[in-house]
Order: sequence, then structure tokens, then C-alpha cells
Amino acid sequence: MTLFDFIQRLLGRQKPSGTMAKERLQLVLAHDRSDLNPELLEQMRREILEVVQRYVEIDIEEGDVSLETEDRVTALVANLPIKRARPLPALVAAAVGKAQAPGPETPQELAVPLGSEPAEDQSPADPD
Amino acid sequence: MDAVTSAPARIILICSGKGGVGKTTLTANLGIALARLGERTVVLDADFGLRNLDLLLGLENRIVYTAQEVLAETCRLEQALVKHKQEPNLALLPAGNPRMLEWLTPEDMQRIVAMVAERADFVLIDCPAGIEDGFKNAAAAAREAIVITTPEVSAVRDADRVIGLLNTRGVAPVQLVLNRVRPRMMASQEMLGVEDVTDILALPLLGLVVEDEQVIVSTNRGEPLTLNGNGSPAARAYQNIARRLRGEDVPLEDPSKARKGLRARLMNKIRKTTGLF
Ligand SMILES: Nc1ncnc2c1ncn2[C@@H]1O[C@H](COP(=O)(O)OP(=O)(O)OP(=O)(O)O)[C@@H](O)[C@H]1O
Ligand SMILES: [Mg+2]
Repeated sequence: MTLFDFIQRLLGRQKPSGTMAKERLQLVLAHDRSDLNPELLEQMRREILEVVQRYVEIDIEEGDVSLETEDRVTALVANLPIKRARPLPALVAAAVGKAQAPGPETPQELAVPLGSEPAEDQSPADPD
Repeated sequence: MDAVTSAPARIILICSGKGGVGKTTLTANLGIALARLGERTVVLDADFGLRNLDLLLGLENRIVYTAQEVLAETCRLEQALVKHKQEPNLALLPAGNPRMLEWLTPEDMQRIVAMVAERADFVLIDCPAGIEDGFKNAAAAAREAIVITTPEVSAVRDADRVIGLLNTRGVAPVQLVLNRVRPRMMASQEMLGVEDVTDILALPLLGLVVEDEQVIVSTNRGEPLTLNGNGSPAARAYQNIARRLRGEDVPLEDPSKARKGLRARLMNKIRKTTGLF
């Protein structure tokens, strides 16, 4: 560690590089393991927000859809603070009613596990 | 002979994804260490493109036949196996010509490993870097695996890829060796910590090997560190890994214990008590 780095860290301006390494790895591995590139994820995020918006009014700025990974299981985590429920037609309300309606401003977390391992691209034992 | 009565051989792939992280060094040292513990051990060089295991073991001048001739049935397995002089329990099956890559199939690999396994307690397969055909061939016959990595982002990422492939192939158990650990950098959090890596990769830790100049010295000589019972930190680490592989309960070394110097210890104390940096 150089003196400069040391002072930066004392001042709380910079994280130790080992910590940064861990954070960066967790992010990149979540993508590697799910085989989703950032572009696809962004497209999915927009579509998910669109769908959710039909039912409830959400804070687009705060809305966050990301991949998290732990113990080799990758999950799609959506954190979407709800401003208020939209006045829904009875039919739709009934369909959504199964999931308990959250109060306003309650962040709702949905964790959807994705396949933990990518399938291998080779068929086993191809005879020549 | 007694092959009929003995337990089936442990067939262990030693792989990493990223190149140059210490696969061949681990294979050579483990091979010697297991042999010294009385295990009949065969190390198999599956890095056909860039073979090096012979060199690290100091056996490069004693190779007559290789896996290639055994597969072509132009020699018997016993003729190709190179017995280690000081450790007769250890034999090397050398890699053949790099052109083997053009025709070698996973079935070839299974065939040759099955032959070797008949006369061994441990078969260690030194895998090439990468996750392409070379890896797939080497992995074809493995039952279990050791993934070796260094505490660096690129090596850990590549290790993760390999672990994914091993899992889909049903290779188990898969255990982790963390190589080239620098205790001082870890203590100051300028390197991924041991737990960071085991958490991220979600593998049981089989061993830690510190960065050790003696590794280079031993490579120069063609005498793995475990051969001379040399007391260097890496030598002890390799010996402990061998013993854990056999199921012995050997506690993990604490890399921070290797740290000396009052200043470093004081800094660590301050960091821990204040949580400041
Ligand atoms: N614990 C260690 N301390 C110091 N140097 C080490 C250590 N482990 C390995 N090395 C050095 O790292 C280099 C690469 O080691 P090695 O050849 O075993 O890696 P590899 O994974 O087999 O590489 P490749 O992917 O090319 O087959 C060598 O120069 C070796 O001496
Ligand atoms: Mg190698």
C-alpha cells in the first residue's frame, strides 16, 4: 500500500482493493453464471418495470432489477418501491389479489432463482 | 496382482481455467507427497500442447514412450510409465506429441486412465489451461477434482467457469486450493481474503499455499519441494494437502500467523478494533 492509498483509506475515500475485488467479482459472476449480458438484463429490467407499472405506480428512478449470486445460486432480485396501487379493474384485482397487497411506499422484493449452472454445449460421446 | 483386492483408485483432475496459477506445480508436489505417504500414485500429463510435468519432476530425460504409444498400442503401459528414482511409489505417464491434440478424444482419455487406475491408489491428472477440448478430454475420466486459483479477480472468475463445467459433468467432490497467498496483503485487505474466495466459489477449502520463492528454486532443480522434506511454507502446505486428500484431519494453516513484524501486527490490531480501514 502506498502512503497515498493509506491516507485515502484513513479518510474513508477509498475502499481496500481486496474489498473492491470481491464486489466486482460478485457482480461479474452473477452475470457469468446466468449467461445474461448487461444489455439483455437492461432490456429485461425495462420490460419488468413496464409490466409492474400496469398494476401499481412505482418509482422508476428507485426501481432496481439486478442479479445476485450466493452459494452458486443466482437470483434475479427486483426492488421496486411502490407509490400506490392503481385503481384496477375487478378482474385484474382478483388475479393479483393472491399476492398480498403491500402498503404504499413498501419496497417489494421478488427473488426468482435462475438455473445455477449453464448447460454444456457439447453432446456426450459423439462417435466418429 | 493385488489390484483385484484394493479399493478403486481416486482419479483426481487438477484444473484452474486460467493458465499459470500453479496446476503443474501442485500435481508434482502432491504426487511426491502422496507417494511418500505410501500411496501408489500416477501423475498423468494431460497438457498435451505444452507438457511440463516431466520437467518439474526432473524426469524429462527418462522418457522413452508416452501416452501416445500406449493408445496406439505400440508399447505396453509399463514401458511408458516413468518411475521416480527416489520415490518408487510415483510414476509419470508423459504426454505425447502436441499433434495428439488433433485426434485425441474423451474416450481415449477414459481408456488410458482406466488402464493406469488399475495399478494405482491415486491418479492425478494435470489439466491444461482453458475450458475447451483440452479441458474436456482431461476431465472425461476424472471422478473428483481440485480447482486451484490465486486470490485475483481473473483467476477466480475463470475458476468459477470451470467449477460450473465440473458440476454439470457430475464430477464430485470438487475442492479448492488457494495458491500464491500473500499474508501481508491479505491482512491489509489489498488482496481477496481466504473467506472471500471460498464464499464466492462455494467450495470446501483443501489447502492454502503461500507465495514462496522456494517453489521456483525447486522447479529449477527438477525436485519438487515435497521431495526433500524441506521445511519451507509451501512444502508444508503441499504435504498437508496430500494428507487431507487421504482423509486425515489436518487443520488449515492460518496465513496471518506467518506474518511477522510488530508494525504489521499493530496495524492489524488497530484495523480490527476501530474498523477504520
Ligand atoms: N506458491 C507459489 N509461490 C511462488 N511461485 C509459484 C507458486 N506456485 C506456482 N508458482 C510459479 O508460477 C508459475 C506457474 O506455475 P505452474 O506451471 O505450476 O502453473 P500451471 O497452472 O500449471 O500453468 P499452465 O496453465 O501454463 O499449465 C511457475 O513459474 C511456478 O514456479
Ligand atoms: Mg501446467
